[in-house]
This record gives sequence, structure tokens and C-alpha cells, in this order.
Amino acid sequence: MSLTTPDKRDREIITPALRDIVSDWSADREVFRHTHWGKAMMWIFLLSDTFIFSCFLTGYMTMRMSASTPWPNTAEVFALTIGGQSIPLVLIAIMTFVLISSSGTMAMAVNFGYRRDRRKTAVLMLLTAIFGAAFLGMQAFEWTKLIHEGVRPWSNPMGAPQFGASFFMITGFHGLHVSCGVILLLIIASKVARGHYDRTGDYSAVEIAGLYWHFVDLVWVFIFAFFYLW
Amino acid sequence: MKHDIPAAQSETIHEGGQHPISLYLKVWGYLFVLSAMSYMVDYMQVQGIIRWTLIILFMLLKAGLILSIFMHLAWERLSLIYAILVPPLLLLVLVRIMTIEADYAWWTRAIFMGGGG
Repeated sequence: MSLTTPDKRDREIITPALRDIVSDWSADREVFRHTHWGKAMMWIFLLSDTFIFSCFLTGYMTMRMSASTPWPNTAEVFALTIGGQSIPLVLIAIMTFVLISSSGTMAMAVNFGYRRDRRKTAVLMLLTAIFGAAFLGMQAFEWTKLIHEGVRPWSNPMGAPQFGASFFMITGFHGLHVSCGVILLLIIASKVARGHYDRTGDYSAVEIAGLYWHFVDLVWVFIFAFFYLW
Repeated sequence: MKHDIPAAQSETIHEGGQHPISLYLKVWGYLFVLSAMSYMVDYMQVQGIIRWTLIILFMLLKAGLILSIFMHLAWERLSLIYAILVPPLLLLVLVRIMTIEADYAWWTRAIFMGGGG
């Protein structure tokens, strides 16, 4: 198929960037043929996951707005007493920093992957997985604490009964994503360490696992803002 | 179907050291500072419209940094960028619909259930 050559008028209204989009979508071929297929598929999966988490957060918004009893004060609910002093949200803040750090090490692992540095890639991915596991440990602690305090999906002693349902659903689903991510990272890291991607000459799997991991961090940014800080 | 990934090009992007490690460390630092600032919003008991503005601002900045640098979206083709960033805008419609619904449910509870529920 021959491309129509743009005339002078086309050139005036269509910038090169826009022309790229038009030719990608209208060439009667795969749209994302310039991108590694695994990466494009991961992005599409993440897009669908975005909708799932957005539905949860929108559901939470609806419940919180329509609750006629006061919503529990998250700063107090998630406070920890350290050294006799009650510090609000301290565990959540630590979890946030741990997850951001894991994203940082993951980004560097992807970079070293493309430099074909097997050892550093594997070590950094392992470090990412350890940060992820630490995050999960703290979340398990948080859940245990709240369950001991009597928070249930249908009621809680602090206020609006919808609080428990949103908390367990949103953080639980996010925690499930982190768990899957840790498993995925460990599998890919062991393949990196064994030299699998040196033999195939394609380190894209590291970047694709990285995309998933950064997405988990991205979702936490929104949960932290809307659920814990709001 | 075969993909046209120019081998030379994709290698210069990722292997020529175009993204030095210091870039990731810098973004990591920014994310730390932004998280600390959003935590301080809560710690300092900032209330009202300033609180919501600051929370949303820090959230969007963090999301932007993660998406563009860590997830390399800034270096992807525009067709992919738009395919990912445009559909979620539909969610604003859902949010709008659900605020109307929540408002209705709240008034129903306030008027007919004596504020219970």
C-alpha cells in the first residue's frame, strides 16, 4: 500500500507528531508495530487495571459521600504509638516510602537490563522484591491491628460502617497486586540470574515486569491521597 | 505479523547511556520529597480547600513522574501515549454520575431514615 503524499496544505495543519499518529492508526496494519508486543500488551492490561481500581475508588467516593454518619478520621485510625507518642499515619507513610524505593530500584534494574549487566539487574530486582515483601508485611500488620480493633466490612466502632468495606476491598486488591508483582519479579530475576535473556538477547521481560511494578506504585499514590489523606 | 522495531534505534535509546542512573536517583528523590510533603499536609493538620488542593497537586506530580520517567512513557510513540492516557478521562464522567447518585442517596437517608445508615 502506498502512502498518500501530503500536499502543502496538509503540512501546514498536521505537525509531524500528529502525522505519526495518523499513519500508525490508519496504515491498515498493527497500530503498535513500533513497540515490543509484550510491552504494548502490558500497557493495555494496565489500562484495564486502571479502570478496575478507578471503579473501586469511585465506589469508595460514593459510599463516603452518601454516608450520613461521620467517616472515621483516618489520621487517628492509622496512628501508631511509638515511644509513648501517638504519630498519625506513620505506618502508611513508611509503606509509601518503601514502595517508592522499590520503584526506584526497579527503574535502575530496567536500565541495567538494557546495558546487559546481568548481575546488577538480578540484584536490583531481588531488592525490589524484598521491598515489596516488606510492604506486604506492614500491610498484614495494619489489617491485623484494625481487625483486632473491631473493624469489619459491615461495621466498625469508629464511624460510618462503609469504612471497613472500602478499606478491605481497596487495600486488599492492591495487596493482591503487590503479591503477584513480588512473584513475577522473583521469576524474572531468577531467569536474569541464570542468563536466560543473554541467550535470547532480549531483555524486554525486565522492562515489562518493571511496568507492572511501577503501576502498583502508581495505584498506591492514588490510594494514599484519596483513602488515607482525604 | 512482524514488528518493525529498528534494532539500531531501540538500542541507541536504551544502551547508549541516554538515561544515566542519576536520572532515576533524581526522580526517586523528588518522589520522596513529594511524599513527605503530602504526609506533612496531614501532620500539620492543614484543613479546607488548601488541603484538597495540596493533596491533589502532590498526587498528580507523583503520578506524572512515575508515568513519564519510571514507566518511560515520555519516550514512547505518541499513538501509544494517547491510547493509554485518553481512555481514563472517561472516568470523570463516571465520577460525575456517582456524585449525583451519592448526593441523592445522602438526602434520601437524611430525610426518610432520620440520618441513620
